[in-house]
Amino acid sequence: MTQHIVTANLLGKGQVVYLTWDGGWSEQVAESFIGSGEEENSWLLGIATRAAEARIVVDPYLIEVTERNGAAWPVQHRERIRATGPTVAYAPPEPRGTLRRVA
Amino acid sequence: MYRYDSYDTQLVAERVSQFRGQVARRLDGSLSEDEFRPLRLLNGLYLQLHAYMLRVAIPYGTLSSDQMRMLAHIARRYDKGYGHFTTRQNIQFNWTKLEDAPDILMDLAKVEMHAIQTSGNTIRNTTADPFAGVAADEIEDPRITCEIIRQWSTLHPEFSFLPRKFKIAVTGARQDRAAVKVHDIGLAMRRNETGDVGYEVMVGGGQGRTPMIAKTIRDFLPKEHLLSYLEAILRVYNLAGRRDNKYKARIKILVHETGVASFRDQVEAEWLALRGTGPDLDPAEVARIAAFFEPPAYEPVDPTGYRAMLFEDRAFADWVKANVAPHKQTGYAIASISLKPEGEAPGDATADQMDAVARLADRFSLGEIRVTHEQNLVLPHLRESDLYELWQGLRAHGLATANIGLIGDIIACPGLDYCGLATTRSIPVAQRISRLFANLDRQHDIGELRLKISGCINACGHHHVGHIGILGVDRKGEEYYQITLGGRADEDAAIGKIIGPAFASEDVVDAVETIVHTYLGLRRDGERFVDTYERVGRPPFKEALYDAR
Repeated sequence: MTQHIVTANLLGKGQVVYLTWDGGWSEQVAESFIGSGEEENSWLLGIATRAAEARIVVDPYLIEVTERNGAAWPVQHRERIRATGPTVAYAPPEPRGTLRRVA
Repeated sequence: MYRYDSYDTQLVAERVSQFRGQVARRLDGSLSEDEFRPLRLLNGLYLQLHAYMLRVAIPYGTLSSDQMRMLAHIARRYDKGYGHFTTRQNIQFNWTKLEDAPDILMDLAKVEMHAIQTSGNTIRNTTADPFAGVAADEIEDPRITCEIIRQWSTLHPEFSFLPRKFKIAVTGARQDRAAVKVHDIGLAMRRNETGDVGYEVMVGGGQGRTPMIAKTIRDFLPKEHLLSYLEAILRVYNLAGRRDNKYKARIKILVHETGVASFRDQVEAEWLALRGTGPDLDPAEVARIAAFFEPPAYEPVDPTGYRAMLFEDRAFADWVKANVAPHKQTGYAIASISLKPEGEAPGDATADQMDAVARLADRFSLGEIRVTHEQNLVLPHLRESDLYELWQGLRAHGLATANIGLIGDIIACPGLDYCGLATTRSIPVAQRISRLFANLDRQHDIGELRLKISGCINACGHHHVGHIGILGVDRKGEEYYQITLGGRADEDAAIGKIIGPAFASEDVVDAVETIVHTYLGLRRDGERFVDTYERVGRPPFKEALYDAR
């Protein structure tokens, strides 16, 4: 069975975030809550939609993941880059995850 | 340079105020995302792959040093210390926050800049020859035309909801440095048989998934009828352009499907109906705008110039050879600042580099800077005798790479590293090619070679008109790169032809090396890559690339 997580951007700051097990949002894809099956995905998306209505996040959507070392890891190349940042550096990279819980 | 009048100032200030209110209403929940999205896009604010991206308009690519300093300030205060100069002579900030956007726009307004119409189905920033006003081969400064178009098109009520975005480019020179033939409308200044200056009007060029070269619908349009003729074209397009399919909504599709002759007839009929008997614009207003672009009072120059240093400093000589162009004023020069140092992201500049360019522009270039559609900068008013000192100043900030027009001077879109539409990365490919050809002696030996990379079929990296074009394509999650040869964006514009099956990411740089090697084996004296390609065609390149596989 395929596994999914929910991702979005914070409304005001714009940064990429993932829905966690307790209904919060984290910058770390590894902290995201993994859902399996249509029912769980629908439940996750419902929580995210309410967060969007509460103006915490914008444009939430499901992405397919696999488990890597027990944590979620996106299947699609695009989502991997979105999770880890640009693969090229210019300005000194800002350390991700220093503020782990963002909402 | 043009300076805002009271109308411009009021219009931009009101827009900042309106957007501040719209952002506040979005953040307090009065506006939904569906309601807010078109409002933020009208102000150039996109939600991209990682964050909000703000695209700032740089009208016809002309910047003052104070404006450049403000861009540096924005990069430093609101972003991560850098900005990305684009193929439409604009700048993008990749890491902005929605809550900061009104303050950024207010800072921009302080230096007479904004982000209006940098998105949406509107008339976008009109682009121009980056050597405008100083090129030795120029008929007339195209920025006067561009400024008239800017004022006419800004918030034009009839053209605010076109079938699709609309891009106009203008050149006043014989050599096309503005890629006018791959724009929705291209205007090229021409003289008629009586010596009057007007425009050749080209329509229906563009790139994207359906690349087309613009067709000439009028050989000579008197300058005084510029706006009525543009209005006629836009009206025909606005009424007849497709709105049912965004991939077929650009004017190039309409011109193609209608046929050039029929499209021309429709425009001419519309023009006849709407044009008045006199000029479209009060000549006094044209004169007012033109006065902002009067050539500066060039001072007498040291006749010895810089030539002695060419023999004493080889690196300087290489830079002059590649980056310095003739100026219309004797004793002066135009210098391009390459934003393509070895192994870096094309078009990126740090805040410190922007400040350095502003300082050097103040010291050597009458405070004026240009942005090119090839993602470089230009200092347009340089005494030849100052070139060596300027070069030293640029070199201190990593801005003196001597590769303009060479294979290291790569155009690349942001690609999948930043862009929400991209399907593959383009910057890492550009970086690998840049490193492979890092040796400047080799680049100079190869000669002019325009290499352009797009991370998806939208073609923001102009791959269709690269001598060597590279298009990233996603195949089941793997990045592949399709190569085209023979494209060009100059006065003999052409769309490149696909050379064969796409290459895996790990093979594409070797493929470029093979193409260059093949060219070097075939070229005759004085031939550029594109000359050799046009003489011999695809077969030898195809053979070299695929026969051994």
